[in-house]
Amino acid sequence: MDHHLILRVVTRLLVAPILLFGLYVQFHGDFGPGGGFQAGVIFAVALILYGIVFGLSRLRSIFPDRWVMRLLAFGLLLYAGVGVVSLIQGGNYLDYNVLLPSAKAGQHYGIIVIELGVGITVFGVMMAIYYGFAGRPPSIEDTDW
Amino acid sequence: MIDLSSGLGWLTWDFLIDAMSWVLIFSGSFFLFIGSLGMLRLQDFWSRLHAASIIDSAGVGLLLFGMMLQGGFTLATLKLAFIVIFLFITGPTASHAVANAAFVSGSRPMDLVEDVTTKRKRKKKVGKK
Repeated sequence: MDHHLILRVVTRLLVAPILLFGLYVQFHGDFGPGGGFQAGVIFAVALILYGIVFGLSRLRSIFPDRWVMRLLAFGLLLYAGVGVVSLIQGGNYLDYNVLLPSAKAGQHYGIIVIELGVGITVFGVMMAIYYGFAGRPPSIEDTDW
Repeated sequence: MIDLSSGLGWLTWDFLIDAMSWVLIFSGSFFLFIGSLGMLRLQDFWSRLHAASIIDSAGVGLLLFGMMLQGGFTLATLKLAFIVIFLFITGPTASHAVANAAFVSGSRPMDLVEDVTTKRKRKKKVGKK
């Protein structure tokens, strides 16, 4: 484990900026390039990098498996909930114009909440895929190659 | 005192900045070309890795510095500076990870037929235990 010192130091240095960049892509997505899909992947990449370098058990202790399914469900619920709210307000499904008193504010906050739901769901899916692959017991022992 | 803001005839600040950024961009492209040529033509894993890491640091670094000169004091320059900083951290680290994996799995440079490195390592480990 000693010869992975450089990787460990660089990973510690980079995880926080990657998370910050993920948030930037998430909340800047309605002005510039970015959005929920990319932000979710970037956010998951920070945790996956941590898991690759420091080991799966340490990643599982800071981000338990049960949170994966919760985040998946919560993100989808947030997305669908905005549509249901606009239905209740008297518009079409996902009609941002009726969400808030003014149509402009409704469009603005509607897209932010929708992108947040997408980001959370994509983050959960990426973590589910990583846990699904990395947590699998090896079918071939390391010495059998 | 010479008034530098207007420059000296044809030698204006714009011309100087343009010339410097052209030099940086051309040398960056040169390193990119050398690196790709080396990755294709060199015969050994370690020398090819060396060529690939030149692209990461020298090639892209010089290109981005040239673009920063074109950008001036704007937000784009700040973003390019961040890219340079993170590239200078991650590029050598990635090369190190690849080289480390190759070394651990038993690959050695071409002329190193007699494997001195592993012998010395094993002796150390035995001595520690």
